[in-house]
Amino acid sequence: MHNDAMLTVTDLACSRGERRLFSGVSFTLKAGEWLHVQGENGAGKTSLLRLLVGLSPADAGTIHWRDEPAPAAGFHRELLYLGHHAAVKDELTPLENLRYAAALDGIALDEGIALAALARLGLRGREDLPVRVLSAGQKRRVLLARLLTRPAVLWVLDEAFNALDTGAVRLLGELIGEHLAGGGMAVLTSHQPLPLPGGRSLLL
Amino acid sequence: MSAFLASIRRDLLLALRRRSEVITSLFFFVIVVSLFPLGIGPEPALLKKVAPGVLWVAALLATLLGLPRLFAADHIDGTLEQMALSPSSFGLLVAGKIAAHWLLCGLPLVLLAPLLGLQFGLDAPALGVLMLALLLGTPLLSLIGAIGAALTLGVRGGGVLLALLVLPLYIPALIFGAGAAEAHGAGLDAGGHFALLAALLALAVFFAPWATTAALKVALE
Amino acid sequence: MNLIQWFRFASPQSFYPLAGRMIPWFWTLAALFGIAGLWVAFFVAPTDAQQGEGYRIIFVHVPASWMSMFIYMVMAFWAGLGLALGTRLSGMMAQALAPTGALMAALSLWTGALWGKPMWGTWWVWDARLTSELILFFLYIGFIALQSAIDDPRRADKAGAILALVGVVNIPIIYFSVKWWNTLHQGSTINLTRAPSMAQTMLLGMLLMALAFWMYSIAVALTRARAIMLERERHTEWVKHAVD
Repeated sequence: MHNDAMLTVTDLACSRGERRLFSGVSFTLKAGEWLHVQGENGAGKTSLLRLLVGLSPADAGTIHWRDEPAPAAGFHRELLYLGHHAAVKDELTPLENLRYAAALDGIALDEGIALAALARLGLRGREDLPVRVLSAGQKRRVLLARLLTRPAVLWVLDEAFNALDTGAVRLLGELIGEHLAGGGMAVLTSHQPLPLPGGRSLLL
Repeated sequence: MSAFLASIRRDLLLALRRRSEVITSLFFFVIVVSLFPLGIGPEPALLKKVAPGVLWVAALLATLLGLPRLFAADHIDGTLEQMALSPSSFGLLVAGKIAAHWLLCGLPLVLLAPLLGLQFGLDAPALGVLMLALLLGTPLLSLIGAIGAALTLGVRGGGVLLALLVLPLYIPALIFGAGAAEAHGAGLDAGGHFALLAALLALAVFFAPWATTAALKVALE
Repeated sequence: MNLIQWFRFASPQSFYPLAGRMIPWFWTLAALFGIAGLWVAFFVAPTDAQQGEGYRIIFVHVPASWMSMFIYMVMAFWAGLGLALGTRLSGMMAQALAPTGALMAALSLWTGALWGKPMWGTWWVWDARLTSELILFFLYIGFIALQSAIDDPRRADKAGAILALVGVVNIPIIYFSVKWWNTLHQGSTINLTRAPSMAQTMLLGMLLMALAFWMYSIAVALTRARAIMLERERHTEWVKHAVD
């Protein structure tokens, strides 16, 4: 059903203040494909992702999703963006965090699915502790659990592999692999080599 | 609509987990109001006359105190980005946050005001008028304040700047709100004041979430 | 056709030289209207029967008040245009107008106080107009403070635009509420608006002065806008050419 899903980026340019970060960025992403955005610190990786999801406007160029200029109606429903920030509340438990993230998105979340997602990310037994008492890596895992609880076609993940131990890195690789196999697509930034076959890389 | 309610519930739950912030601004309200008799003297007739104005100015300041936190935490931890990209309407989520702000910072002032009014020697009908005026006026303060909070989000000297932007816009609410109680005190009908407050509130309910959302999008760029 | 012309001048690059050519004309007009206005104000307008010579400050006070309100409207117009169309020039114009508007509001308040002291023996009365003018001054200060607190000019323009539009919706409400408040508190019987039946020459003087202020405001705003353009676009080719 997602076979017609396609992200087309043409001649994208972005500047911060007076500095031109990048220009002429073009690529196409189809179902089952992923893109590895690479570059030095300050090259504009995060800026590119923020343009893709529609948080900031581009200086030039176009972004099309399913052949319509993004963000068209329904784009946000098919998009999952996980940024630098944890977007996880310290005061809430991992389960509550997932539940409220789904509620804000207007999506009904089955409790069983949420618990299974947390368990898969190695947070079994910590579902009802405040996130405050978890470690940075565990906090990051709470965020990544959203990959399992929030259905989306296009994953845009900014530095998702940071602050994760080797086990979690492998797990995240598996999750992305399953997502791609199911017809999804992903745009990732990372400094480290990714445990994921295929994919193209874009050097900024 | 469910997103609006979810947004309210979430902010209420978060406030419940860190109660001290809400209680602090309530005590601020009480203390500011209590300072006035010490400053201008305990003469009952004078206190009765200035009571509505004092309570309203204190309510403005107490509301202002909570405003910088309205979006700051969600901005820092990235939740605001998630809200902006949510399939739900960003405007509704923001409206929910504003409503939660009123429930946490506005409604308690309305409930506390009669107690403080007693200290100023107001009688029961006057207290009723005061409460009704605050009930109509405090949502207005939250709505207008949210625009200022969004505009100054992540900006240098945000808190002071916020006061500078928002306080002039609070003047109509202050005039009609305090005016209602004063008109009542002078034996006049306060109905006109209430009607105007309600009209301003309707206008703000319509425009403020929209302006706030626009300002938040600018802040997220 | 017209629209295309308009958009051509909406780019700083083509507006910069155009503004440069217009500025001397506006200065000249401001000087001419100013001289004529002051001449009418000091030598033609008769001495007021009740207020003596002191009333002549209204030839500055009233035009300054008019301009302070008018400039806010113009500023909000540019701001709204910038928000709707995303033209770079609009934000620069709004930013260039704000200090002049604030100056006009301050001038109006100051001359109001100077007028009040000899007439009513007090520097300040909580008159509806003076109070509204004071609030308008606060709105200008808020706009300037917000713009200068944000480093990124693009964000500063947009945030300022939203604030200016919120302000423009609020100004009539504020004015109306202050007037209501003023009539409710019958303490002061002074009313600046109830001028003695105005002589034709007084009206003429005021209009001439208003035109002078208007031309001055345009000249200053354009000059400031040119400076803002150079500053913001200093890394572009056209600025390097323009400065050479």
